Amino acid sequence: MSQSDIAIEVRGLTKRFGDFVANDHISMQIRSGEVHGLLGENGAGKTTMMNMLSGILQPTSGEILVHGQPVHLASAKDATRLGIGMVHQHFMLVENFTVLENIMLGVEETKGLGVLNRRAARDKVMALSKQYGLAVDPDAKVGDISVGMQQRAEILKVLYRNADILIFDEPTAVLTPQEIKELLAIFQRLAQEGKAVILISHKLNELQAVAKVTTIIRRGKVIDTVDTKATSTEKLAELMVGRHVTFQRDRVPMPAGPEILKISHLQVVDNQKVTRVHDFDLTIHGGEIVGLAGIDGNGQSELVRAITGLMPTAGGQVTIAGQDRTGATPRQITRSGVGHIPEDRQRYGLILPMSLVDNMSLQVYTVAPYSHHGVLNQKAMVTTTEQLLDQYDVRHSSIMEPAGALSGGNQQKLIIARELSREPQLLIAVNPTRGLDVGAIEFIHSQLLAARAAGHAILLISYELDEIRQLSDRVAVIHQGTIVGQAKTSDLSESEIGLLMAGETVPGKEEMLHAD
Amino acid sequence: MRIKNIHLGNLWISVTSVILGLLVGAIIMLLSGFNPIENYISLFTGAVGSPNAIGEVLREATPLILTGLGFAVANSAGFFNIGLAGQALAGWLASVSFALAFPHAPGFLLLPGAILAGAIAGALWSGIAGFLRAYFGASEVITTIMLNYVALYATNAIVKGMLAKGDGDYSPTIPVQARLRTPFLEHLTQNSTFHWGILISLAAVIVVWWLMKKTTLGFEIRAVGMNEDASRYAGMSTKRTIISAMLISGCLAGLGGAMEGLGNFQNIIVNTALPSIGFDGMSVSLLATGSPVGIVLAAILFGLLKIGGLNISIASTTPPEIVDIVIAAVIFFVGANYIIRYLGIKLHRPSKPQPPVAANTAPQAAVDTRAEQAAEEGEDNQ
Ligand SMILES: Nc1ncnc2c1ncn2[C@@H]1O[C@H](COP(=O)(O)OP(=O)(O)OP(=O)(O)O)[C@@H](O)[C@H]1O
Ligand SMILES: [Mg+2]
Repeated sequence: MSQSDIAIEVRGLTKRFGDFVANDHISMQIRSGEVHGLLGENGAGKTTMMNMLSGILQPTSGEILVHGQPVHLASAKDATRLGIGMVHQHFMLVENFTVLENIMLGVEETKGLGVLNRRAARDKVMALSKQYGLAVDPDAKVGDISVGMQQRAEILKVLYRNADILIFDEPTAVLTPQEIKELLAIFQRLAQEGKAVILISHKLNELQAVAKVTTIIRRGKVIDTVDTKATSTEKLAELMVGRHVTFQRDRVPMPAGPEILKISHLQVVDNQKVTRVHDFDLTIHGGEIVGLAGIDGNGQSELVRAITGLMPTAGGQVTIAGQDRTGATPRQITRSGVGHIPEDRQRYGLILPMSLVDNMSLQVYTVAPYSHHGVLNQKAMVTTTEQLLDQYDVRHSSIMEPAGALSGGNQQKLIIARELSREPQLLIAVNPTRGLDVGAIEFIHSQLLAARAAGHAILLISYELDEIRQLSDRVAVIHQGTIVGQAKTSDLSESEIGLLMAGETVPGKEEMLHAD
Repeated sequence: MRIKNIHLGNLWISVTSVILGLLVGAIIMLLSGFNPIENYISLFTGAVGSPNAIGEVLREATPLILTGLGFAVANSAGFFNIGLAGQALAGWLASVSFALAFPHAPGFLLLPGAILAGAIAGALWSGIAGFLRAYFGASEVITTIMLNYVALYATNAIVKGMLAKGDGDYSPTIPVQARLRTPFLEHLTQNSTFHWGILISLAAVIVVWWLMKKTTLGFEIRAVGMNEDASRYAGMSTKRTIISAMLISGCLAGLGGAMEGLGNFQNIIVNTALPSIGFDGMSVSLLATGSPVGIVLAAILFGLLKIGGLNISIASTTPPEIVDIVIAAVIFFVGANYIIRYLGIKLHRPSKPQPPVAANTAPQAAVDTRAEQAAEEGEDNQ
């Protein structure tokens, strides 16, 4: 296979949604045997373009050529037939099917008479799983497995269909650093085998690690295609947002404020009677950001749900600004000045079919001026929504459009705008910048620091160690449902945090880590 | 202008379904050797050809508007209220019993009292299902079906044992001052059974629209129906919301029953089957895709078909059941259309539970996902 083999090419590809131009005459070429990065701000039109390549959306105008042949992709089936496979930004698995059933879905092999040939399918899946190091449990229900395994199932689904043009839309947004490393290796492996890999990511270091070239799009237009390794991170960021982006965060020293959140001996048991959080103690003061580091699945989700009233506690106490809020309802907790940027934006954070106005009003619709005696004040809702969408640069075409029509990053920005605008004295932020572009991250980080400067307390839970280290005054590490160490951020190196996350001890620092 | 397209999309579904339904009816008539054109003409004249016919059509539509609204409200909360018929029957029984209990009360007390009794009875009946669902997770589909039967047999027992005179199978007629039918309206419509209930139905349309669009309760009902987790996150009590939606739904169905008791029949009889306004209301709501104005139009269409249909068998030898086939075909096509759309959504975005698409009060809910809007956009572009 020669280097110049163009797997897929688009010419003048344009997509309009009503008056809104999401893709504006995009032309680009993607070669077999390499990873092609795609970079662009939230709402730049990356997902839209990829949906056209995978037959889910039809272009308004323009051409798509696969291996030099113009094609018409009327449906995802057409794309599959031409060897194009896509792993979507928001997964598309059927929750109550098993991994194997999900992989087979749509291309079921039968033994005649419509009897599924599971054996053959399973063998093929297991072979692929081994070949690429994509560990999955084929018989587990998708609803029960971790996001990482769901991701691997999605990739197997594409490989199972023998795709040789693979599209990954922000595949690493939900993965842990270790999983990301493995995934990037798989991308390189796929490219070496001669497949064309398109990788959309907001993480510039990932693109620099694997993408030979990167195409940058801004507001639906191609800005440039660059040699990724020869281009600095700063330059990539600048090309993408059209201005200089800083990666440095200024965290000015703050005097410790009053105690805002105090969690003592918290215990949380899930409905399968498994103890998820135990003997959990944590205190956060006003003007302080505490970063909670930990590997996904060590009780973070349950901890947050218990503090915010979405899940019952089995023991211990949660005190917010001096008031006992153990077992309070979500509304009581919100009313006591707590903001919550949830982990799963589409499950908890938004009601996708409802309008941007409704979604922006979700936490305040019961209070004046948004309603009086149970009657909504649409005007006040609209005014606030317009102002916040503008302030947080949520790219949208109409305030009445459903939240589901926003790009992934813009959905996240809407939630952040809603939660921060209430000026909560305690903000619980779980992966707040997941899926945001570097420009948006810079802005959100500055907003979090501003909240800190205003004397608010922030519990930051993030799988991005960099983010935790940049923003937090103090780092606490959670392992198997309890805190295994905490210290001033400057007192812990990244690798020391890593050790704690893995449940190990940090030689020489045992004393300090349990000082609190 | 996508929102507009979506409205048109739903209207389009309803209109094509009606046309296809009429076509299927025509084909069946042809196959059975009847003349469809002749029959449809007699259906039409039978439905709108005289003031009497128009009065009957509107009378037929009156309770259907109410049960249709009832279905739509529950459905917005993600609830499939199959119990409209039982709730309507409870309302019917309560309103007639109330009117019979105070034969000498003045009309300005007795009539509103009887209407209110019907509404409350319907609400209580659906409230049971709402309560069981909210606190025990019992499927409303099953509980409402069972409650339908309880309502039917309990009503029959009460009518026979308590209301009927002697060995009769029906209650006495309600006092004049409790009746919704008046000589004025009878005169106006050449002795049709048209009654004042239509005003109650139209008022209910406005109230339900206002409630769902303009109040915090409506906001909560819509939110819970579309995403229960996010609703809890936003501090809504899903239990309270589910029960409220069910109470409102049953209240409307109960009103529908009261219209039959105080307007159409003016008494209550021992029934062999549940009143048809329950299931017809469901169909009306589905055809209207849950929109309040759509429900009025769909209910009138049902009235036209049912009343006009009577004329088919008067004017020819075609059996009257042909109209039922047409109605069934219309509903079938509405359903088929939604199933196609629903599968479309499922295939594109299967990992999230979708809100019930059948009949949402917020019309855009039915076409919420990007993929699907995209599909619409795709059509627009071709
Ligand atoms: N179905 C739709 N209707 C209306 N607008 C849409 C629709 N789908 C996407 N858009 C708009 O098109 C623009 C591009 O969206 P797209 O999802 O392609 O962005 P993206 O580059 O993938 O962003 P992100 O990084 O946030 O995922 C956004 O402004 C979005 O609001
Ligand atoms: Mg995207």
